[in-house]
Amino acid sequence: MIRFIVRRLLQMVGVVVILSLLVFAWLKALPGGTVSALLGERATPERRAALEKALGLDQPIYVQYWEFVKRAVRGEFGASTGVQPGTDAFDVFLTRFPATIELAVCALVLAIVLGIPLGYLAARRRASLFDNTSIVFSLIGIAVPVFFLAFLLKYWFAVKLQWLPVSGRQDPGIDATRVTGFFVLDGLLTREFDASWDALKHLILPSLALATIPFAVIFRITRASVLEVLDEDYVRTAESKGLTNRIIRGRHVLRNALLPVVTTIGLQTGGLLVGAVLTERVFSWGGLGDALAIAFQRRDYAVLQVCILMAAVTYVVINLLVDIAYAVIDPRVRTR
Amino acid sequence: MPNPLNPRGKKERIDALAATSADTSGGGVAVATVDDAGHVEESTGVSLVASAWQRLRRNPVFLIGLTITTLFVLLAIFAPLIAPHDPADPILLPEVRPQTNPIPPAREGFPLGADNAGRDILSRLIVGSRQTLVVGVMATLFGLLGGLTLGTLAGAFGGWVDSVVMRVVDVMLSIPSLLLAFSIAAIAARASQWTVIIAIAVVQVPIFARLLRGSMLAQRASDHVLAARALGVKESAIVFRHMLPNSLGPVIVQSTLVVATSIIDAAALSFLGLGNPDDRQPEWGQMLGKAQPYIYDHPALAVWPALCIIVVALGFTLMGESLREALDPKSRR
Repeated sequence: MIRFIVRRLLQMVGVVVILSLLVFAWLKALPGGTVSALLGERATPERRAALEKALGLDQPIYVQYWEFVKRAVRGEFGASTGVQPGTDAFDVFLTRFPATIELAVCALVLAIVLGIPLGYLAARRRASLFDNTSIVFSLIGIAVPVFFLAFLLKYWFAVKLQWLPVSGRQDPGIDATRVTGFFVLDGLLTREFDASWDALKHLILPSLALATIPFAVIFRITRASVLEVLDEDYVRTAESKGLTNRIIRGRHVLRNALLPVVTTIGLQTGGLLVGAVLTERVFSWGGLGDALAIAFQRRDYAVLQVCILMAAVTYVVINLLVDIAYAVIDPRVRTR
Repeated sequence: MPNPLNPRGKKERIDALAATSADTSGGGVAVATVDDAGHVEESTGVSLVASAWQRLRRNPVFLIGLTITTLFVLLAIFAPLIAPHDPADPILLPEVRPQTNPIPPAREGFPLGADNAGRDILSRLIVGSRQTLVVGVMATLFGLLGGLTLGTLAGAFGGWVDSVVMRVVDVMLSIPSLLLAFSIAAIAARASQWTVIIAIAVVQVPIFARLLRGSMLAQRASDHVLAARALGVKESAIVFRHMLPNSLGPVIVQSTLVVATSIIDAAALSFLGLGNPDDRQPEWGQMLGKAQPYIYDHPALAVWPALCIIVVALGFTLMGESLREALDPKSRR
């Protein structure tokens, strides 16, 4: 088991190293080069020269790369130019991180809570009307551009019907105490329940929009996996032994069928981040996705660097954790 | 047991897909070799491809998908003949008032109205099918070419070539897909239709590469390759005439699905302002992205291109999914 973890850790280090090379190369490839990218096109020659020296751009390329890695490890990516001009890019990342996590977790929970039971039901009633309609809906869910769905939800429930707030994370009129940066949690911790409730209302539409793709994927994997397990010999054995349906479904079917679902959930994190870029933009959420979208539009490369690097690292780490969790659950994995 | 829907990671999922379809792969390319391996098929008198086709023909999901995609391609081919107006001609521009009347409403001759530059929306939608088809197909094709090259290298040589290629592919897979596309599009000094296509295509390269490598490795271990090698067939001929054609099945299925995602991704790029700024040649994703400023007062401007994208993406997805199911030997019951 320890050998498995060590091997996976080493693999991860390799991936992160190549990743840093890619981001470095990407910075070099940007139009106008690194200096224009960081300062903008209209910077004075003195400032350009100063930054060139500060970044060591007069040095050989491998020295530059090494400096880049050192700065990245220390979290020094320079100041934001477009998203929150003047603020340190890493601070932009840190202050916006909780907003995205809150939204992503909410969306993921929604996708799991709906996806697994529906997938299970669809598999048990294979080829029924319920099964077929849910498959069609899950396929449509994949075919709809996320930001368009976000817009539709916003237009219908917030603008037309005015049931829910249009944008943001909380009504600016509410004077809430900040503890963790997770607004719903903050309200619960400080017993400002109206603040929590308001934050929750703001969460509903964006997380619905963000949840569609993970929901569709989790639903389909659960359905396929349950179908697979229902066909297994040990389920037939359990049935012929005369075990009650409840025990067969709980212990034999669902438990085994959920293994692949767990991994899929880990894989959804990457998709959630991409979805967040689009969803947050529509709802002016003020999280990382919003920052990324604005950074792409205004070419704020300091923020882009941090966000892309951190997004990829987060994704790699989460998948490592999922792999380890999987190895704990299923011993066969360790030997591979 | 390996199962395509039992993913242990993005890469394992792709590998598993390759493995299940490995025995069915090739389609009509090398029926003889498929027959060699499958005496069972001979005894029933139906080849794998024929039986897949028989099931597809009766599958309503496949037929719906096929109808949608066929209509879409026909529309793209005959677009200039069908469209009532020139999609680039700002006919109603004199009526556009940025403050009071930014979007000319529908009227006779202009059933869906015009856009903010006074161009007929219906004509733009009809002609837009062309660029949309180009983006979808070209992005898929470039992704496929890149993936084929890398995958063939890895699968044909194995050993250290395989290791190096696959490490690079793994890193590319570790960046969330659209984020990679956004970053690549951002490199371009001047965005155009081609930067969009390339950005979307690059994201597909690692997926195709892994898929192909998986099924080529399975082919490598198969009896007909061993037989060819024993007969003294040249290595290049083994790779290109025996292994590659037989490994293409899962890749073809994936391509069908990628056309759909490419069209959706192009819309996302446009939404973030990374799309093609030149809108004389309309494209649905671009129309949807550019409708943003008017979206609350004139939702129709966004709804029409979005509907077109959804229907076409659904068509390709339905076709791809039912193809995959038909080619999966496990579903032959």
